[in-house]
This record gives sequence, structure tokens and C-alpha cells, in this order.
Amino acid sequence: MLLTGKAWKFGDNISTDLIAPGRLFHLRSNLPELAKHVLEDADPEFAKKVQVGDFVVGGNNFGLGSSREHAPTIIKLAGVSAVLAKSFARIFYRNAINVGLPVLICDTDKIKNGDELEVDLEKGTVVNKITGDVLKFAPLPKAMIRILNDGGLLAHIQKYGDFKID
Amino acid sequence: MGMTLAEKIISQHAGKNVKAGEIALVNVDVCLTQDGTGPLAIRQLQKIDLEKAANPKSTVLFIDHAAPSPRSELSNDHITIRKFAEKTGACLSDVGEGVCHQIIAESYLKPGDILIGADSHTCTGGALCAFSTGMGSTDVAIGIALGKTWLRVPETFKIEVSGEFKKGVYAKDLILHLIGKIGADGATYKALEFCGETIENMNMSSRLTLANMAVEAGAKAGLIASDKTTKKFLKEYGREKDFKAIKADNDAEYEKVIKIDASKLVPIVSFPHTVDNTKTVDQAKGIEVDQIFIGTCTNGRLEDLEIFANIVKGKRKHSKTRLIVVPASKRVFLDALDKGIIKTLVDFGAAVLAPGCGPCVGVHEGILGDGEICLSTMNRNFKGRMGNPKGFIYLASPATCAVASVLGEIADPRRFVNKANSKSKKTK
Ligand code: SF4
Repeated sequence: MLLTGKAWKFGDNISTDLIAPGRLFHLRSNLPELAKHVLEDADPEFAKKVQVGDFVVGGNNFGLGSSREHAPTIIKLAGVSAVLAKSFARIFYRNAINVGLPVLICDTDKIKNGDELEVDLEKGTVVNKITGDVLKFAPLPKAMIRILNDGGLLAHIQKYGDFKID
Repeated sequence: MGMTLAEKIISQHAGKNVKAGEIALVNVDVCLTQDGTGPLAIRQLQKIDLEKAANPKSTVLFIDHAAPSPRSELSNDHITIRKFAEKTGACLSDVGEGVCHQIIAESYLKPGDILIGADSHTCTGGALCAFSTGMGSTDVAIGIALGKTWLRVPETFKIEVSGEFKKGVYAKDLILHLIGKIGADGATYKALEFCGETIENMNMSSRLTLANMAVEAGAKAGLIASDKTTKKFLKEYGREKDFKAIKADNDAEYEKVIKIDASKLVPIVSFPHTVDNTKTVDQAKGIEVDQIFIGTCTNGRLEDLEIFANIVKGKRKHSKTRLIVVPASKRVFLDALDKGIIKTLVDFGAAVLAPGCGPCVGVHEGILGDGEICLSTMNRNFKGRMGNPKGFIYLASPATCAVASVLGEIADPRRFVNKANSKSKKTK
């Protein structure tokens, strides 16, 4: 699958508190409303300006902190097609796959805010259309590819009635 | 080749021997959700018509993060949780019972268990030598319904601690020191195994503090062998029969060994806005503090309240610093009442709130104002954590917080700690 969009660049250690703040705890059962505040405490303009298909690009340890699955869910609901980072915190990474949001590990130092990117999920490449750089990302673990291909964990379980990951 | 604690416990649940790096399908013994993650987990199960609990007696739905509820939306979430518990027979831990991780340790978890929880600090349970790890709502929902999950067996960092803590230095300082050293992503996807004479001599309260913060280094679990201290803890809670001794094999393979001499440690303070932004208490000296918060799954236990009370007893709280105290559980609250600790704290000037998470997650009970500084015993100081991205959170031990609540600013607790405190660290 080919994904294209603009890069929204964030720094290192983007916590789930920055993505889905605790002060909006009461919106957790109203995800479309919560999505209007996605990443608000990292960039107050982001939620207003992000376009369907765009990419969130982080540095190291993206998604650290709380286990709230609401964080990747509202990134996805905001229209973001994938998150790229140098590394991800474990729970966020797993949650993102479970909700069907691709998370790609690559050298994001080569991406600037506003760059146009083209991501090929099969080939494992990110083409920076502004600089011409071609970045490689590591393939997901096999179990996760199965879950992502099924459309997330819920769809996976619905399909097989159980885990089918080997 | 021998096995680490993580490999041992996961192998037992996978029905075959597995090593670090392998993927395993495992049975899950205990599942937990809290009121920030439970409603989503429940809705996920409703979506695929799988509203059931495979093991209702060890599925625990907590209402602790926003308890009592400060808003109608959250009250409605609480209704969703209570209904699900009623329908499936799962256990409910409602308003006033306390923080999920404390109650799981007190009443549910056994050495050798696998616990998955929709809360990142689920790793706290590793102190009882149970493989305990945080996941998202959907993963835990499926764990609740099917009684299983999948895990990648983590590589392990062995954290070998020797020597005795100096007066005024605690397990909290040790774990903050470690996170400062390896970084907030220093152990991503790994298990930490705490061992060595210092850990063997450490009481369960302090062990829970260590395991609790494993996730702040990115770790999947923070494990400690089960021993006579574990047995004693279970006995205190009427669960001696749940005890099982488990230790890692001598020839287990570790990805890394980190040695720490506890006698060389000093009190540590984490500066905003990341936990690994650690400095010695000297470097924090003189920082004026608006709010102090004692509590949470990290340091809201009897031992913590006792250390705090022993330092502030007979003194007066600084007039410019407000103090919020939240016992981690009902049992902690009752024990602290029995011991006269709550009276000391209230006399001193504390606002003592109902057991639960209190202001930890920024939803109520102590949201910071713009530019305000909070010194806290909690585990996380991310921007916005206490409900306001314009607030600043510093993390430290209960003793460091106690001294600051007297002086109105951060200072070295070592001068203030009396003998009673250092003794209570060593016994148990
Ligand atoms: S006390 Fe704080 S860290 Fe612990 S479970 Fe509650 S909100 Fe999370």
C-alpha cells in the first residue's frame, strides 16, 4: 500500500499525556471529540491543520507513558496514515498495531516539518519527495503483520475466534 | 542454559520452554482495567459480542483514577464498568478502595502468575515475582474474554544492588538513579530483574516502588525473585497459601548486568518534564514548591506515610506550600489511622483524600495552576500530567517531600531523618 502526505515533525519523548491529555479524561468515551485535541499539548495547531493522509513524525521513544489506547486511536481518527519515529515506547507500539495504525521505525532526522512523504508499506520505504532521500524501515514482527493485515486485534479475533499469530 | 525470571514464568504459561526473543501464546491469570481504560475495553468486547470474563474471580475492574467522579461523563463511564462487572461476574473495586496496583498486590496476585493490565504501571506486580505488564484496552479486553494473550519474551537486564542505603536514601532514590542512568527508553521492550543483597533485605513496600517504575525506563516488566519477604507480605494479607518461591537460574542469560552500590546513592530529584531528567537533591536545593503530593502506586503505602509523618511530626507545614496526601488503598488508610499517622498529617496541615490515584493523572483533586511547581512521590512528571501543561512536576522520595513541606523548598532530607526512619527501612 502506498501512503502519501505531509510530515508533522515532533521531538523526542512525545508522551501519551501530550497526545491525549489527562485533563481531557472525561472525553475518553467520546473519541471524535477527544480527537479534536490530539497532540494539543505538543502543538496546539496540529489538530486543526492536519490533513487526511498526513504523517506524524517523532524522534526517540514516541508514545511513552500511560497505556491509554486512546492515544493511537485519536491519531488515527484525526486522519493520520502512519506514525514514523526513531523508536517507540512498547505499549504505544502494540496499541497502534491493535487499532490498525501503522508505526514505522526509521531515521526521522532526515525528515523536516512539512516534507512530502511517500510510504510504501510492502517495500518498507519512505521517500522524501522534497529531498529525494529514501529511508528504509524495519519490517514489523510477524505476529503484528497478521494483526495489522486483519485490520487490528478486534477484527483479528472476530475472524478467528482466537489468536492466530504463528 | 538456565532461565531468567521472565523466561521461567512465561514458559510455564506457554506450555513449552521459550527464550528471549520468541513469541509465546500464554494463559493469563489476572487481568485489570481502570476507569480510564476499562470503558474502552468493555466497548471493544461489546462490538464483537464477546462480553464475558474467562476468569471472573481474577478479572478486576478498578474505579480509581477519577474516584469519586468529578464529572457526569466519568460517572457514566463508571456505570458502564459496574454493569460489565455485574454481567460477567468480574470483581469490581469501586470508589474508596484504592489504586489498582496496590490492591492487586494486596489481594489478587501470586508469585508465578501472569498479569496483564490496561495501565502502564501494571509492572508493579513484578515485586511479587509475577510477570506483570501493561497493555492497551483492546489487548486486555481480549485477555479478559479469552483468558490469554500473546507476548514476546523479553531480554532481561539484571540490576544487581549491593550495600546498605544511607539514612535518608530510599528505594525511590535507587530507581530514579537507575532511570537517570539508562534513560527513559534505556530498557524499552526489556525486563528488569532486581537482585543482590540490598533487594534481598528490602521490604515489600520498597520492592513495589522499584517494580512500579520499571516502565519509566521503557521496560515491559520489573521482576524480583519471591522469597521469605514475599511470603511474609502474603501472610500479612491472609494469603500465605499463595506463596511459591521462584528465582532465576544461576546460569540464566542476561543482555546486560548493571551493578549499583546502594551505599553510594544520594537523594535524587527528577526535574520536569521527563523522569530521566534526574539530579541530586543538592542541585535542586532551594526550589520553592507550591504543592506537595504524597501518594500513588509508587509511594502511597504505609511505609511512605510513616516516613513522611516521622519527619514532620511536631513541625508546621510551610504556609506557602499545600499538601495533599492520598493513601494507596483502604487498608493503607486504616493502618495509618491505627498508627496515628493520619492525625499527625492532618495536624501538620495535610488535605487527606480518599484512597485512589488522587491528582496523579490530572483529572481532579489538585490540578496545578499556571507556572506552579509540584513536588511529588509519583512516578511521572510529563508535561500536562497534573492537568495543566503550564505546571511543573518534580519527583522525589517521601522523605524529600516531607522536608520540602516544612521548608517550602527542596532540601536534602538526610539531615532531618531520625533513627526511627532508618530502622523501619531495614526491618520487615
Ligand atoms: S496512582 Fe498514578 S501512576 Fe498509579 S495507577 Fe493511579 S494514575 Fe497511574
